[in-house]
Amino acid sequence: MTLSPPLSAIELEEKLDEYLDPVLSSRRTATGLAAMLAEFSRSQQEFVLRWIGIIAKTNAELAYQFAAQAPEGLRLMDPDDIESWIIQAMDTYDRMGLYPASAVFHEGEAYAARVRTRVSGMSFDDVSGILEIFVRGLSGRPLKLEPGEEVYTDTSTLFLPSSLARMPNKDENFRLYKAMAAHLWAQTWYGTFRSDLCGLFAGFPDQDRAKQIFHALETVRLDARLAADLPGLHRDMQRLREDLDETAYPDTWQKQLCALRAPQASVQTTIDALNALYGDVLPPSICYQGTLQAGRAEQVMAQRLSREKDQFHAALARLLDDKGRRTELAGLEGDPKDDTERFRVERTPDPDQPGKWRYELTIDGQPVTPPQDVKAMMDSIVQDLGDIPDDYLVAAGDGSYRRDGEEKNPDDVWKGTYHEEGAFLYNEWDYRRQHYRKHWCVLREIDVHPLDDDFVARTRQKYAAPIASLRKSFEALRGEEKLLKRQKNGDNIDFDALVEAYADMRHGMEMSERVLTKLHKQERNIAVMFMVDMSGSTKGWINDAEREALVLLCEALEVLGDRYAIYGFSGITRKRCELYRVKRFDEPYSDLVRARIAGIKPEDYTRMGVTIRHLTRLLNEVEARTKLLITLSDGKPDDYDGYRGDYGIEDTRQALIEAKRDGIHPFCVTIDTEARDYLPHMYGAVNWTLIDDVRRLPLKVSEIYRRLTT
Amino acid sequence: MDAHAVSIKEYLVKKEPYYEPQGDEIALFEAAYRNQIPVLLKGPTGCGKTRFMEHMAWRLSRPLVTVSCHDDLTASDLIGRYLITAAETAWVDGPLARAVRIGAICYLDEIVEARKDTTVVIHPLADDRRILPVEKTGELLEATPEFCLAISYNPGYQSILKDLKQSTRQRFIGIEFGYPTSDLEQRIIVHESGIGPEIAEKLVKFAGMTRNLKGNGLDEGASTRLLVHAAKLMVTGIEPRRACRGAISETLTDDAEMLAAINELSASLF
Repeated sequence: MTLSPPLSAIELEEKLDEYLDPVLSSRRTATGLAAMLAEFSRSQQEFVLRWIGIIAKTNAELAYQFAAQAPEGLRLMDPDDIESWIIQAMDTYDRMGLYPASAVFHEGEAYAARVRTRVSGMSFDDVSGILEIFVRGLSGRPLKLEPGEEVYTDTSTLFLPSSLARMPNKDENFRLYKAMAAHLWAQTWYGTFRSDLCGLFAGFPDQDRAKQIFHALETVRLDARLAADLPGLHRDMQRLREDLDETAYPDTWQKQLCALRAPQASVQTTIDALNALYGDVLPPSICYQGTLQAGRAEQVMAQRLSREKDQFHAALARLLDDKGRRTELAGLEGDPKDDTERFRVERTPDPDQPGKWRYELTIDGQPVTPPQDVKAMMDSIVQDLGDIPDDYLVAAGDGSYRRDGEEKNPDDVWKGTYHEEGAFLYNEWDYRRQHYRKHWCVLREIDVHPLDDDFVARTRQKYAAPIASLRKSFEALRGEEKLLKRQKNGDNIDFDALVEAYADMRHGMEMSERVLTKLHKQERNIAVMFMVDMSGSTKGWINDAEREALVLLCEALEVLGDRYAIYGFSGITRKRCELYRVKRFDEPYSDLVRARIAGIKPEDYTRMGVTIRHLTRLLNEVEARTKLLITLSDGKPDDYDGYRGDYGIEDTRQALIEAKRDGIHPFCVTIDTEARDYLPHMYGAVNWTLIDDVRRLPLKVSEIYRRLTT
Repeated sequence: MDAHAVSIKEYLVKKEPYYEPQGDEIALFEAAYRNQIPVLLKGPTGCGKTRFMEHMAWRLSRPLVTVSCHDDLTASDLIGRYLITAAETAWVDGPLARAVRIGAICYLDEIVEARKDTTVVIHPLADDRRILPVEKTGELLEATPEFCLAISYNPGYQSILKDLKQSTRQRFIGIEFGYPTSDLEQRIIVHESGIGPEIAEKLVKFAGMTRNLKGNGLDEGASTRLLVHAAKLMVTGIEPRRACRGAISETLTDDAEMLAAINELSASLF
C-alpha cells in the first residue's frame, strides 16, 4: 500500500473554509491554519480535519480554536491523547461554554504534560467514587465531593483537585487524595468552624498571616485527633509528610504542639496557640492541608443552621402532635416559653465514642425516640455547634409548622430562576464524539393531572366484548399449579408409575427412577414498564388510541397479576425532560390511576434516551425475573435542541443498550410507517412492531403483550 | 415412643450457648412460651437471632428444630412425605411435624424466603388451635403445651416480594433485634474469638462505619457475626487489614468502588 501524499495548503484551506465558514471573514481566513497543517502527514491531516468537522457541529468557533492549536497538539501528543484533549474541551463547552472550552485548547502544552504524568497521576474522577463512600463511612453528615481549584471545604462539600501527580505513582497519589479528603472531613467533624474564625482573623493586623498560622496549628490538632481515632489513616498521612519532608515544626512551637495534641484540645486551644505564635515563623504548608476558607464555611453553615432550626422546630411540633399532647394542652398554645421547658436534651457520655456525647431528647422529662430524619438533624446540629442550644428546643407554632411546601416545587422550575434541585441528571450519548455528555439532561417526575371524566367508563363500554375475551385469554396465562407426573424428584409418590416400575422389576427389567410427582407452579415473575409518548405529535386520535390501549392493558394485566407501571414522557430541551407518572409499580389500578390515564394529553417533544435511562433505573429497583420496557411511540426521537436525526436515534439506541445490559428487554410498538428505517437499528430486528392502523392500537397492544410474555 | 425419645435427645441443646441479652428479650420469650404464643424475631442478618433461639432452647430445656427456609421450600418439606423402601412406602415426618410430635421448639429461620403457599401451613399451628393437619396420612397432630413455634425475618429487605403477610405476622408476638451496643458487641467479639479488647473495639468501630453506608450503596452493614469471623482470622494470625477484607468487605459487596472504599475504612483503623 502506498501512502497518500499530504494535502497541499490550498486543498486544506478549501476544506477548512467549508467547516469553519460561519466564523471566517475577510479578516480572519483559514490560510494560516492551512499552511501550518500542510507540514503534517496525510493521516494526521485527515485526523485533524475529521475532528474539526465534528467539533464544528457543536460550535464552529471552538473548531477554529482547535484548528489553530492542532499543529502544536500533534507535535506534543499522539492521536489518542489528542482525542481525549478534544473530549475534555467539548465537555467543558457543554458545562461552561465557549470561553473556558477554548482555554482548554490554549493550554495544550499543560494538557500534554498532564498526559505524560497520567501514567503516575490520579484524576478526581478516578478517586471521587471511592472517597465519597469513604468519607461517608467515617461518620457525620454526608459530604459531597467536587473538583475545585483549591482544596478546602465549606462544611457541606469537599473540594479536591481535578488531578494529582505530585507523588511518583498512582498509589501514592491516591493516598494524597485520601489524606486531603480526610483532613477536610476532620475539619467538619472535630469542630474547626465552631468558632467565629472570620472575626478572629479580622482582629489581627495581617489577616492572611493569622489565617495561615491558625490553619497550621489546627492541622496539628486534627492530626492528633485522627491519630487517636483512625490510627491507620494517620499512619498513611504521616508517611506522606515524611516522603515530602514536611514533618518539621519550628522549635518555638513545641509548647503549643503539646497542648494541641492533648485529647481535650478544641478549636479554642488552637486559637490560644495562634495568639501566642502570631509573631512567630510561618511553618511550611503540609501537602494535604489545602486552604482554609472560613468565610465560605461560615456562609454555608449559617444557611444550613437556619434551615435546620426551622425544620427542627417543625419536627418538634410534629413530635408533640404525635404524642397527642398538643391538643390536650390547647389552652397553652402559643406560649413558646412553655414549650422550651417541655423539651430537653440530655447529654450523656457516649459509650461508643469515648469523649463524645450522646444526645437524648425528652418531652416533659420523658425520653422520646425521634424518627430517623430528626435524629440525623440533631446529629448535624451537634456537628456544627457542638451542642443543641436551648433556642432550638421550641416547637413551631401552628402557623409555621407544616413547612414541607417550602421545598422547591418542580412545577415552579421555570418560574423565577431555573433550578435543578430535586431533578435527576442523566448522561447523553453523542455519537459524533463517541462519548457521553455528562449530566446533560435534567429530568423530573411529575404526576399526570388526573381528569375526572367518563373516558375510562366509555372505553370499557366501547370495548366491552374485546375486554371480556382479553380477560379470558389472559386468565389462561396466569401461573397455575400443575401436577407433573413421573418425575425423578418430587414431593409425592406417583403410585401408578410405582406399580408399573415394580411390575417391571418383577419381570426382571430395570426399574424406572421416575416414580414421583411434583407440584410445579409456573410463577409469572414479570415486571413491565410502559413508556408512553406524550409528545405534541400525538394530538388527536393517536392520543385517544394510546389512552384506550392503556385502559385495555390495565384491565387485562389486573387479571394476570403482572406488576406494571405506566409513565408518559415529553419535554422540551435537555434542561426540561419530563416524565409523567400515570401508575407506579406499587400503586394499585385505582380510580386515581384511571383518572390519570384519562388525563394523558399531548405535551411537547420526544427525548427518548433520558426517559429510557430513568425508567431503566426504576425497573432496576424492582425485583423480577423478567423485566420489560415497552414503548408506545408515534415517531422518531425528536427534541428542540438538536436531538433529532442520527443524534437522537444513536442516543436512544445507546440508552437501550444500557437497559439491556441491566437485563431489561425493550420493545417498541409504533404507528410510524417509516419506523422500518430506524427502529431495527434502535431496538434490534425483532423487538418492535408496527401497527399501521391507529384504530387497532388499543386491541393490538394487549395482544402483543400476551405474545411477548408467553 | 422410643423413637421419639431418641429424637428428643438428638435435638436437645446440651451446652449453654453463649448469649448476651440486648434487653428484656429473654423474659419476653419466656412469657410467650408459657402462654403458648408463637414468636417472631425481627432483625438484620447476623445479629444473634439464631443464637438467641439456641440459648432459649437450652434455657427451657426443650429440643430445638431449626429449618432454614429457602425459596424452594414446600409444605411437604416441612410436614413430611412418603418414601419408597424395598417394596412399600413409608411415611417420614418433616421437621415441623417432628417438632410437634416431640414438643420441641421449631424455629423457621428467614421465613420470608419460603414460598408463599408454604407459609400458610403454619397458620393453624400458630393460633389457639395449635394443630398441624397432615393431609397425606389423614392425621391431625395436636401440639403439646411444650411445643413452641418461632420464626425470624429481616425487615431490612425492601422488596415487596419478601414481605410477611399480615395474616401470618398477626399470629405472633414480635421481638426486635438490632446490632448490639458497642461495649456489648465488643464483649461478644472478645468472647467468641478470644481476641484482645483493643482490636475488638476497632472492629466495632469499623462495623459502625459500614453501617453508616447502609442505604448508600450497601444493603446492610457488617453484622456481629462478620466481626467475629474477622476476629477469628486475626487470632489465627491473619494480618488485620487482610482479615477485615476477607471476612467483612468481600462479603458485604461486589462493587469494586465500594470494596475499595470499605478497605480504605478498615485500613484507616488498623
